[in-house]
Amino acid sequence: MYKLKVVDASKIFRRDGQEVVALQATTMQIPAGRFVSIIGPSGCGKSTLFNMIAGLIKPTTGKILLDGQNIVGKSGYVGYMLQKDLLLPWRTILDNVILGLEIKGVSKREARKKAQPLLERYGLQGFENNYPPELSGGMRQRAALLRTLLYDQDVILLDEPFGALDAQTRLQMQGWLLRIWEDFQKTILFITHDIDEAIYLSDDIYVLSHRPGKLKAKIHVELERPRGEETLLSDNFISLKQKLLDLLREEPKDNGTT
Amino acid sequence: MVQPEKKRYIEDEKKRQQRMKRIVFGGQFGLGILVIVLWEVLTRYEVMDPYYWSSPSTIYETAKVAFLEGTLWDDLVYTSLATLAGFALGTVFGSFIGLSFWWSAYYSRISEPYLIAFNAIPKLALGPVIVILFGIGFFSKVMLAFLMTVIVTALAAHSGIKAIDKDLEKLLYSLGAKRRHVFTKVVVPTTMPWIVSSLRINIALALAGTIVGEFISSRQGIGRMILYAGQILDIDLVWVGVVVLSLLSMLMYAGTVSLEKLLLRGQEPKQ
Ligand SMILES: Nc1ncnc2c1ncn2[C@@H]1O[C@H](COP(=O)(O)OP(=O)(O)OP(=O)(O)O)[C@@H](O)[C@H]1O
Ligand SMILES: [Mg+2]
Repeated sequence: MYKLKVVDASKIFRRDGQEVVALQATTMQIPAGRFVSIIGPSGCGKSTLFNMIAGLIKPTTGKILLDGQNIVGKSGYVGYMLQKDLLLPWRTILDNVILGLEIKGVSKREARKKAQPLLERYGLQGFENNYPPELSGGMRQRAALLRTLLYDQDVILLDEPFGALDAQTRLQMQGWLLRIWEDFQKTILFITHDIDEAIYLSDDIYVLSHRPGKLKAKIHVELERPRGEETLLSDNFISLKQKLLDLLREEPKDNGTT
Repeated sequence: MVQPEKKRYIEDEKKRQQRMKRIVFGGQFGLGILVIVLWEVLTRYEVMDPYYWSSPSTIYETAKVAFLEGTLWDDLVYTSLATLAGFALGTVFGSFIGLSFWWSAYYSRISEPYLIAFNAIPKLALGPVIVILFGIGFFSKVMLAFLMTVIVTALAAHSGIKAIDKDLEKLLYSLGAKRRHVFTKVVVPTTMPWIVSSLRINIALALAGTIVGEFISSRQGIGRMILYAGQILDIDLVWVGVVVLSLLSMLMYAGTVSLEKLLLRGQEPKQ
């Protein structure tokens, strides 16, 4: 039984009378508890795919099934961290993190009580009462991710959460994310531009083609967990990287009809 | 070679700012005293004609009499209350109008040109109409103060609405939010700095509205007192009115500044 199924979902926008295909019909089947990365060139429809799964936009064709139930156009069923951290600048970190609970109707006091230990465990202790602009990029991403996590849905979508971080912080955050994933047993869909990041984190990698995006390949990552620095240097890792590089390098114009 | 450590120079932003604050405050205070002293001296030696310019000491004496034996205290209360009532009504109502534009793009776009047109009307020119409509009592002053402030606030709130980050709305919807959640958690906080930035202007506008209302027709208020004093050529009393109004205006301004701090809690007012 798959946790999340994307069945032939596509999205077409009309702009100035012209049809723009943001994503061609895409099918994905994702088992519970997997870490899945989605990789592809800029503008190939990755965010569009997430927006559809999150119910913020309706697909032009196709279905999205969560536990077998159609969730097309219904928001609030999956946790979604958008491409920016989007913390509310007038709220403290703690109050930002509890936003989803508040919307669910949990009282502020109770929500804070629930969030506090999480902040302490995952590296935000001492920052609870700071405002977002006072935090570093990495810390803000942590807060945004904990907000998504506290919303407590089985499936979590992360749209390039570490894209704006420097390499050092990025590595740190990857380790941090893996720890959270192991602790909470969530199903994670993760968009990234970074091949190393995708391999290091994922069980499966979906590769999308150039615009208009189309599913090009699904690659299973056979690397033992827990993964550490030595994983990044293993032969297996290098050969996977080579494969992905080849896939991504292929000419956009060649329609790949084989 | 090791230099003997003499005086260490440490950058201390806070200390520098405190020092600057002290000097500025002292300067401001000193300048005020200087103006008053000059005024007194120049009128006493009749460099400036004391008939027209009065003098600080005469103003003080006249004010004392007006407070103790006349109706100055009642007039002051009357003017203050009318101003504050008009200001509060205008700000609250204007915020409601401005915020309501978020709920419907059609409603917002259809009404916007009318809002701007109404803002362009010199509202004080409507004074006589207001007095005829609402009588010469307290309420007509409140209405004038209200009219002076309501559109300014509505326009300010409207600018705030336009500046809302669409992605923040998107984020809230992704967390299962309904429109009312987005309204209370994103729209109101985003708009607040804009509304607050209109407060300082509004308090002065409200006072002007009230005074004009009192000029047109009234039985009480500082405006009426000034008008009356002018008619009987009691220029000292006119000066008392002007000084009292200035002090009132300054006090109200200080009040709005603390109100701003309360409403914003750390955010900056927007223009
Ligand atoms: N609301 C919209 N109206 C019209 N076209 C759109 C809209 N949203 C997205 N598109 C188009 O759809 C395509 C895919 O956009 P999308 O944001 O999903 O790309 P992406 O893969 O997330 O890119 P990036 O890696 O740069 O974030 C783009 O060509 C974009 O211009
Ligand atoms: Mg994107």
